[in-house]
Amino acid sequence: MDHEKGNVTHRLQAVNPLVPVPRGPVPVIPPASPRRKVRVTVDGREISVPEGTTLLDATRAAGIDTPTLCYLESLTPVNVCRICVVEVEGSRTLVPACSRKAEDGMVVKTDSERVRLSRRLILEFLASSVDVSTSPQVRAYMDRYEVHPERFGPSQAPSDGRDQARAGVHITSDGSQAAAVAQPVKADNELYLRDYGKCILCYKCVEACGPDAQNTFAIAVAGRGFDARISTEYAVPLPDSACVYCGNCIGVCPTGALMFVSEHDLRKAGTWDESRQTSTETICPYCGVGCTLTLHIQDEKIVKVDSPIENGVTHGNLCVKGRFGWQFVQVREKTQSGGDAS
Amino acid sequence: MVLRVLCGESSSSLLQARVSIFQGKETFVDAHFTKDHPTAAEQQAVDSVLGVPHSGWKGGPRRPDRDGHSAVNGHRLGADRHLLLPVLHAIQARMGWITPAALNYACQRLNVPPAEAFGVASFYGLFSVTPRPPCVLHVCDDIACMTRGVEDLCRSVESQLGPAGSPSLNGKATWLRSPCLGLCERAPAALMSRAGEKPAEKVVAPASPQSLLSKLESFANATIEEPPDRFEASASAPQASQNGHSRLVLLRRVGRMDPASLDDYRAYGGYEALRRALNFGGSWVVREVLNSRLVGRGGAAFPTGKKWDPANQPRYLVCNADESEPGTFKDRVVMEADPYSLIEAITIAGTALGCERGYIYLRGEYPLAGERLSHAIRVARERGYLGTNILGRGVDFDIEMRRGAGAYICGEETALFNSIEGLRGEPRSKPPFPTQVGLFGKPTVVNNVETLVNVLLIVQEGGESYAAMGTLGSTGPKLFCLSGHVARPGVYEVPFGTTLRELIEMGGGVAGSGQLKAVLLGGAAGSFVSPAELDTPLTFEGTRAVGASLGSGVVMLFDDSVDLRKILFRIAAFFRDESCGQCVPCRLGTVRQEELLQRLNHRKPMGSVEAELGLLKEVGQVMRDASICGLGQTASSAIESALRRWQLF
Repeated sequence: MDHEKGNVTHRLQAVNPLVPVPRGPVPVIPPASPRRKVRVTVDGREISVPEGTTLLDATRAAGIDTPTLCYLESLTPVNVCRICVVEVEGSRTLVPACSRKAEDGMVVKTDSERVRLSRRLILEFLASSVDVSTSPQVRAYMDRYEVHPERFGPSQAPSDGRDQARAGVHITSDGSQAAAVAQPVKADNELYLRDYGKCILCYKCVEACGPDAQNTFAIAVAGRGFDARISTEYAVPLPDSACVYCGNCIGVCPTGALMFVSEHDLRKAGTWDESRQTSTETICPYCGVGCTLTLHIQDEKIVKVDSPIENGVTHGNLCVKGRFGWQFVQVREKTQSGGDAS
Repeated sequence: MVLRVLCGESSSSLLQARVSIFQGKETFVDAHFTKDHPTAAEQQAVDSVLGVPHSGWKGGPRRPDRDGHSAVNGHRLGADRHLLLPVLHAIQARMGWITPAALNYACQRLNVPPAEAFGVASFYGLFSVTPRPPCVLHVCDDIACMTRGVEDLCRSVESQLGPAGSPSLNGKATWLRSPCLGLCERAPAALMSRAGEKPAEKVVAPASPQSLLSKLESFANATIEEPPDRFEASASAPQASQNGHSRLVLLRRVGRMDPASLDDYRAYGGYEALRRALNFGGSWVVREVLNSRLVGRGGAAFPTGKKWDPANQPRYLVCNADESEPGTFKDRVVMEADPYSLIEAITIAGTALGCERGYIYLRGEYPLAGERLSHAIRVARERGYLGTNILGRGVDFDIEMRRGAGAYICGEETALFNSIEGLRGEPRSKPPFPTQVGLFGKPTVVNNVETLVNVLLIVQEGGESYAAMGTLGSTGPKLFCLSGHVARPGVYEVPFGTTLRELIEMGGGVAGSGQLKAVLLGGAAGSFVSPAELDTPLTFEGTRAVGASLGSGVVMLFDDSVDLRKILFRIAAFFRDESCGQCVPCRLGTVRQEELLQRLNHRKPMGSVEAELGLLKEVGQVMRDASICGLGQTASSAIESALRRWQLF
């Protein structure tokens, strides 16, 4: 121990004499007591995982790619999309892998006919009611599960009455068109857009706005059933709401329903091209927290900013400055090249 | 633009939004409220539940003497959130809708973010988040009322008041179609509610096209003092007014005693069971319930003894009185005619299990039951049957009643917890089960009204002799809700094992055309059986054997004049309306199920009828397999059972 401590002290002094020398022994984190292991059979293969592991992690440990939509490592599982369902022997219904804990002796099937049917229909339900064109994730799953949303008929035309829908009331149609959430884009501020015609109601933005990240609670799920929707109080525009424009909701949105205005404008102009984009990691220049930023750059211009979810400082979250306060970079560039500073 | 906002160079709208968090707020709480100020009426409505705010921390004016050197924060700040639903009820009853200013004031008082409170308010069918006339006529157009001419009723109402939801009677009233109001024995049924300084609710059942409008008019104008709703045993529980009355056990007091009088209740043997339970002790009660092999009467048929495990150290006992399954009204009859029996049963269960508090979650559409129960709770507390030191035995236990607000899903136990806690009534994922993590995150026992009332019998007779009644797999007596095309609809008490045929005969046989076409067992989440299956014994195991379920005890008859397809369309519409919208299989499956049926209805199948029926089966399968809760898992059950038995398309 003493020998090690000496080494540390020596190294610190060697690196920087201004760093204070720790007095006394360096605190050591006690080793975690080993977690009990449970044995689970996944698709015929027996694996052993620590107690408390979810079935999702267990299947991933077994090398199986279980699809997820509403699940994110940094958020509390809400298990609402149900696409991660797996079959557990002895269970009457399928169980959500993202939140169900592995138990000793569980026999799990991740690709049975029942599981595939559920996943296929869930994707068909979503694709026939939601615009999934900007969600590569959903589209990849659709290919994997041979999804045919057209089995439910052509999707309904956009309607602007969704914010006024009353709980427990709907107009029964003749069924020739599949009810859809298509609606006008909400453009009420200059930073990001809310295109709820692309919303699969995964609850991620609500969680990120609320207790899982930002604790702002500007948005919540309102309404009921098919009319359930993400909304501010009385659907007021964002500038009148509690929104602080941290953009953490955009960071977790899996379908592009929440989108930077910069990205939306490029997509509208037809010039958005991810194959031409590069990403650069840097540190946010504003405060002392030191958030990692990932700048997405197309044609030498920043088109959006996010933060890696696995980053220990941010866990993918940023504030308004890091997320949106990067225009000055572009302005400086303009000054140097054209000398026309504003 | 962004740069300017960040540097504070311009007063753009974004900047104002940020700054307004700190400015113009009469609150210490670091949360964003809106700028709406409540009127005196709005403030009164909220204060009627919460009392006058005593500090700036709770939405009141700042009092430097009190607030200057104290802080309310952390858990305590949001600890009153469970009062959100009662507050919303008060706002709705006073203002006629949930106004932005009243909601904002409620949010300040309870420290709930306005967006979340709006999410809760917009979840319930009885609340309106848009302006609405003060008087609302809810006309039940559900399946039981469909057998009693509700379409004519709705047509007549529509011709006089205009389309559903539009203001009429000089903007004083409007009418809405409603899911089952639980008044099936007196179908067709309607419920009137009036907001204002003297809010009121009144049931009209049976409602006739001729008289309904004049009743609505006088109710909307509040011209005459309305006589309060009354319970009529002859109309709701025909057995209770017949000769066979002496054989009844669960219904033995129904129609005999004054439901408001505790002395009357005691004269009919009331509170003997509580004394016995306190004499013998909690573990004795629990053992007797286990020995009785009592199973839950709410619909899921779960063994009550398994829930009643003191090892779990349950903190709360919740009585699920959110009876919303179409065709079910047995709990309403018990609560209206014999409210003290439920209060006594909850007291026995709560004290036996060592619970701290009992909750009754009552369906919002049951005004009379609500009145009776709150009266009974008040009187029982005054007379020492509730509260501290019950019957001088040193036991403390109290009951709180909460009213739902028009959401079938809140009958699901975990959705019910969320509803009490002031959250949206969305079911939770299970496991963990309520016995481990329930109301307010604590171990909780949830039982149906009828289940609890059976506990009185078990305590008085002992578990073994209770189990001698009924069959091996289904012990005790059972209440059935007989409705539809039957001569004498109402609640019937029979021992388990009575056949469907015998029950129908007790109800005076098939009414309408006299030719039976189908019987719906267990409600919208149950299943249809055909006249060939009338000899099925009404037990859990007997109905399971024919691929049906008893559910909550619904027995609804349809004569051969009924177009069963219309009944299926109504059931499909019901599930679409009542899905909470949380999980994809149910939120969209119920919509696609209804669309598929409507395509068949309009003879516009995509591809062949067989292909459509195949797709319908797939939709049913994924709802059953992948939905979070029982609503989605049973949303296709009645429809599939009908399609298995009859070729309807």
